[in-house]
Amino acid sequence: MDEIPVTGAELQAYVDGQLPEARRADVEAYLAARPEEASRIAAYGSQREALRDLYAEVLDEPLPERLVHAAEGARSAARTRMLRWGVAAGCAMVGLAVGGTVGWQLHAWNLPTVRSTAGIARQAAIAHATYSPEVRHPVEVGADQEAHLVAWLSKRLGGSVRAPRLAGFPLVGGRLLPGESGPVAQFMYQHESGRRLTLYVRNEPGASGETAFRYAREGKIGVFYWIDRGFGYALSGELEREDLYAVASQVYRQLNP
Amino acid sequence: MEHARDFVALIPRLRRYARALAGDRSSADDLVQDTLERAWTRFHLWQRGTDLRAWLFTVMHNVHVNRTRGLRHHLQFDEDAPEADAKPTENAALELRDLERALAALPVEQREVLLLVALEDMSYAEMAATLGIPLGTVMSRLSRARERLRALMHGHLQAVKLKRVK
Repeated sequence: MDEIPVTGAELQAYVDGQLPEARRADVEAYLAARPEEASRIAAYGSQREALRDLYAEVLDEPLPERLVHAAEGARSAARTRMLRWGVAAGCAMVGLAVGGTVGWQLHAWNLPTVRSTAGIARQAAIAHATYSPEVRHPVEVGADQEAHLVAWLSKRLGGSVRAPRLAGFPLVGGRLLPGESGPVAQFMYQHESGRRLTLYVRNEPGASGETAFRYAREGKIGVFYWIDRGFGYALSGELEREDLYAVASQVYRQLNP
Repeated sequence: MEHARDFVALIPRLRRYARALAGDRSSADDLVQDTLERAWTRFHLWQRGTDLRAWLFTVMHNVHVNRTRGLRHHLQFDEDAPEADAKPTENAALELRDLERALAALPVEQREVLLLVALEDMSYAEMAATLGIPLGTVMSRLSRARERLRALMHGHLQAVKLKRVK
């Protein structure tokens, strides 16, 4: 009797419980004879379960009013959202602005000579717009575990990363982010008024020495950025330029004692 | 409208998928809201008797593609980015976030198929219809997504790179 070969699609279907019952025995026999393949397929199954677990709680969250209105067909919802979620929506808006560089102004006293240097400001502004409005998960590791946080981020960035102390803005914590050419660290600070600043730190391989402070603004978010001894830094926040500059200077001084 | 109730009933599932797709809560809820608003303006295009859920996911897919077109270039991981050597941490809570991060590192096309089948239990044919792509593409994206996610969680990027077939 000829065996029908097991296909990759059937292995996926096996993971998802979408395999026709008649093929189950064949697939199981196929896997039984191939331990490495079997462990890969088992890993896919655990992945599936882990994803379901990870997002299960969203189903039980109370429904935001704005979504109920939108579901019921309320017309004014879009405007309300833009007002209430101006910053939250910032991620998408920054994206639009970046796409066409519309509204993206560089008030640098030294125009950036390297395109990727301006890139850090853009990336930092996007990351700031994404995470600073977060209520429940603004950071991955809180300031209460600062030693762990700093050790973890240093390890992932492959160099000694520090979380500077900022007057009036205690450290909330930090997170690891994907960057254009490797992992990026983001530290978050919060004023007692609730206003937040983020410091974005990434590797700048090949950048020896340092650059002057440069400034960029996207909407309400101002960014001071510079390169110093192999790291690129960008401090983002909704502060006046002078105030943000003062904080950026603090950061710089602390990293260069 | 009679369908308003159906729309409301689907919010939790739209939110769950959007959260996994977009990453953070506010972007995800914005995506859901844009989806619902767009769905109402195009409701005449929905074919009565077909699956309303699948149709809403199609609308969300289109909205998401439009929204991320400008961002993708900047935020999305290059397939060969070195970040992918993520190692599992000792800490269980961090591992969960590692899964979130690994998921975010997948190209959005792969994330979509992985999430529609894992979270929504869509059949492969439904996914093909929802995303407007051939069934074969669904299968190849799904298999790439799973292998890449596995590599991201275990630091075996090399294996993926060697196997990757464009």
